[in-house]
Amino acid sequence: MKSMTSRLAGALAFALISTAAYAQSDDGLVVYNAQHESLAADWIDGFTKATGIKVTVRHGGDTEMGNQIIAEGKASPADVFLTENSPAMVLVDKAGLLAPLDKGTLNEVPAKFRSKDGNWVGIAARTTVFAYDKTKLKEADLPKSLLDLANPKWQGRWGASPSGADFQAIVGALLQLKGPKVTENWLKAMKQNFKEYHGNSTVMKAVNAGQIEGGVIYHYYFYRDQAATGENSKNVALHFFKHKDPGAFVSVSGGGVLASSKHKKEAQAFIKWIAGKGGQAVLRDGSSFEYAIGKGAQANPKLVPMKDLDAPKVVPSELDSKKVTELMTEAGLL
Amino acid sequence: MFDMINFLFADRMSGLAGDWLAPPRRTGRALPFMEMAAVLVSLLAALPVLFVGWMAWTTGWRSSAALIFRPRVGELLVNTGLLVILAVPLAMVVSTALAWLTECTDLPGRRVLSWFCVAPLAVPAFVQSYAWISLCPRFQGLPAAVTISVLSYFPFLYLPVAASLRRLDPALSETAAALGLSPWAVFARVTFPQLRLALCGGALLIALHLLSEFGLYVFVRFDTFTTAIVDQYQSSFAGPAATMLASVLVICCLVVIVLEAAARGDARYSRVGSGVARRPKPACLGKTAIPCLACVCAVIALSLGVPFVTIGRWLAAGGLAIWRLDEIVPTLAQTAILAFAGGVLTTAMAVPMAWLSNRAPSRLQHGLEKLNYVIGSLPGIVVALALVTIAVRVVQPLYQTMATILLAYGLMFLPRALISLRASIAQAPIELEQAASALGRGPAQALFATTIRLAAPGAAAGTAMAALGIVNELTATQMLAPLGTHTLAMRFWSFSGEIDYASAAPYAAIMVAISLPFTGWLHVQSKRMAGE
Repeated sequence: MKSMTSRLAGALAFALISTAAYAQSDDGLVVYNAQHESLAADWIDGFTKATGIKVTVRHGGDTEMGNQIIAEGKASPADVFLTENSPAMVLVDKAGLLAPLDKGTLNEVPAKFRSKDGNWVGIAARTTVFAYDKTKLKEADLPKSLLDLANPKWQGRWGASPSGADFQAIVGALLQLKGPKVTENWLKAMKQNFKEYHGNSTVMKAVNAGQIEGGVIYHYYFYRDQAATGENSKNVALHFFKHKDPGAFVSVSGGGVLASSKHKKEAQAFIKWIAGKGGQAVLRDGSSFEYAIGKGAQANPKLVPMKDLDAPKVVPSELDSKKVTELMTEAGLL
Repeated sequence: MFDMINFLFADRMSGLAGDWLAPPRRTGRALPFMEMAAVLVSLLAALPVLFVGWMAWTTGWRSSAALIFRPRVGELLVNTGLLVILAVPLAMVVSTALAWLTECTDLPGRRVLSWFCVAPLAVPAFVQSYAWISLCPRFQGLPAAVTISVLSYFPFLYLPVAASLRRLDPALSETAAALGLSPWAVFARVTFPQLRLALCGGALLIALHLLSEFGLYVFVRFDTFTTAIVDQYQSSFAGPAATMLASVLVICCLVVIVLEAAARGDARYSRVGSGVARRPKPACLGKTAIPCLACVCAVIALSLGVPFVTIGRWLAAGGLAIWRLDEIVPTLAQTAILAFAGGVLTTAMAVPMAWLSNRAPSRLQHGLEKLNYVIGSLPGIVVALALVTIAVRVVQPLYQTMATILLAYGLMFLPRALISLRASIAQAPIELEQAASALGRGPAQALFATTIRLAAPGAAAGTAMAALGIVNELTATQMLAPLGTHTLAMRFWSFSGEIDYASAAPYAAIMVAISLPFTGWLHVQSKRMAGE
């Protein structure tokens, strides 16, 4: 009897101890990361190598994590927040949860790529593109503007990933540039016209497989796939809207330090490292294919130079994610 | 994934076999501690439902209505409804046919084949879907969702139907035939009604899985309530829009449960008479044996062949580079710890109720136990949504801790543990407990010295079933995992989300490899239940 009871007790004790050991391990600097896992991993490896500071990451989507930080409030375990797009960062900033960044960090990037209040800074950028099936569409058939995709002639021919923060940032730009009325109508037309996918890679894959003729995504999915096997992009070409069209929107990824952070010094150092030479070099040399935006930093030479994109003037710190989610929920896209 | 499969056996089979041999009502001294513990567990289990109600209340009628009565919810209702209406009957037909062929005929190789009919349970539904989408990318939407659902879940029906067929008394159908009924009429009027309990139970189980599955439908671009809740969660964290969708999902689950209860009816299916039933003589297939064999093999090829071949192909394409052991080993270790700790906790939570249901059944206890089963059948996303919100708003020290995620697992997998434990406590004679008390041990000591020891195999089985569920769990784990946690399912999901199907393959292979022995055990168990 003893052996059985003690075995049961042993199992329970083991479960408790292993659980406790696993839960108690020191997390170091806690990063809430909404950027791509692989890019974040490269940044963190570089930073840890340079400084010896241990980093623990939690992955999620932009708005999910932004709202999560707000829900957590002052008790948030996060020290640093990295986003793919600016709206979620703006959300957290508006809630008053970001600490001001050091001057030196802010000066790493040009003024247009950081928030006006100095609470967060751009760490990378990406441009909106129309990825299309080059075996089906000629240049003349391509939409001149993002707004053209609301036209009934595009019905059933294009795709997007509306639940993703990327697409929601694009809608945010549209909202800022053209106002709520135009945006609302465009979203309603989109609901009729588009095919829904989960994830931008999936949209591109569908274009490549001939299921749709084009999709609204960011540029780097194409370059990444080309650099890897090219399996999901061999029939795909990118169309840049240019001409300051909402579809030429360049989205800024942000980095900020939480006001509630218990490791402020390390957190500040982390953001400075990413916005500075080390982090921007990862963008130039790594496999992320996102644009480097630091002062004097060079983008990956394979990319179309940023100045040729002719992007519209969007103020990143005024992108309104809450309104976007509302409009998209109303249009039945969420 | 195996939620309640034991429930099917313990409950349905005792319904089939136990009516005329009802165990004498046992009365024991109910430990007040046990009753309190059972009430506490039930209260915890009721949290998700209370939460949804509370959120609807605080959101206010007007805002709730605006979030519920909108065209998008209508679309989701149509999608989810069509899925259930198409997939469940199809699964019934497929599994009844397979069960009949492997149990009641002289089909060549039917013993081996019957094992292959259970084995698809080892392939998590989202892995099944991943296999199909990489094999034929164009296979999407409702047809794909229905087909892949049937292929993933039909064993839930196959198991109970095959077990019932094995136990049928051939005298009944022979009498019907002797009275002039054609073979089809015999099946329709004698055999089929006797399968009703098994069919209803299995259908319920499948319907509940359809309502709560997430990954499968994302791959094939099919929106259901569960995928929409995750979308909303990703856009606004735990906002009211997600909770309102969850409230509709909860209602859908309750509707399915009530429908099943109504379809089950209260007819009795037990055999009355002296002696035991003969073993039925297998039907001779004759010339149709080959086509029948081909059909069975086709189902097996689709449900097992496709995932195995696809995973194998990706593993081959990825070569050694995808076996990043520095990632895989810690992931496996973390998954194992979560599964083990979660399994042990789930079983511990099930002890009071399982003990009371055997030793001191009462109306209160019966009601609470039913409640536990109903709550356990709610989708993981609802449980996770409730716990995230409660933790972040009310008990922040528990937020993002092991405690919270383990509690979520406990709530989700309670029925699995409860069933195994209940059955094995029932087999431990109360006299031993009484003898131990008479020899001077305190109630708790006596319990530990006798019943708990004898119930250990059942407890181990329950723990294993819960652990298996945890290994293959995705949505709740993603939402509740403590910092730095990576499970096999999470890694698989993140790689396949970036269309890196090759890197996802090792994780898929490991999940299948872990689950496979369990299906073997399940198969053996179902045979044993049927008295073989």
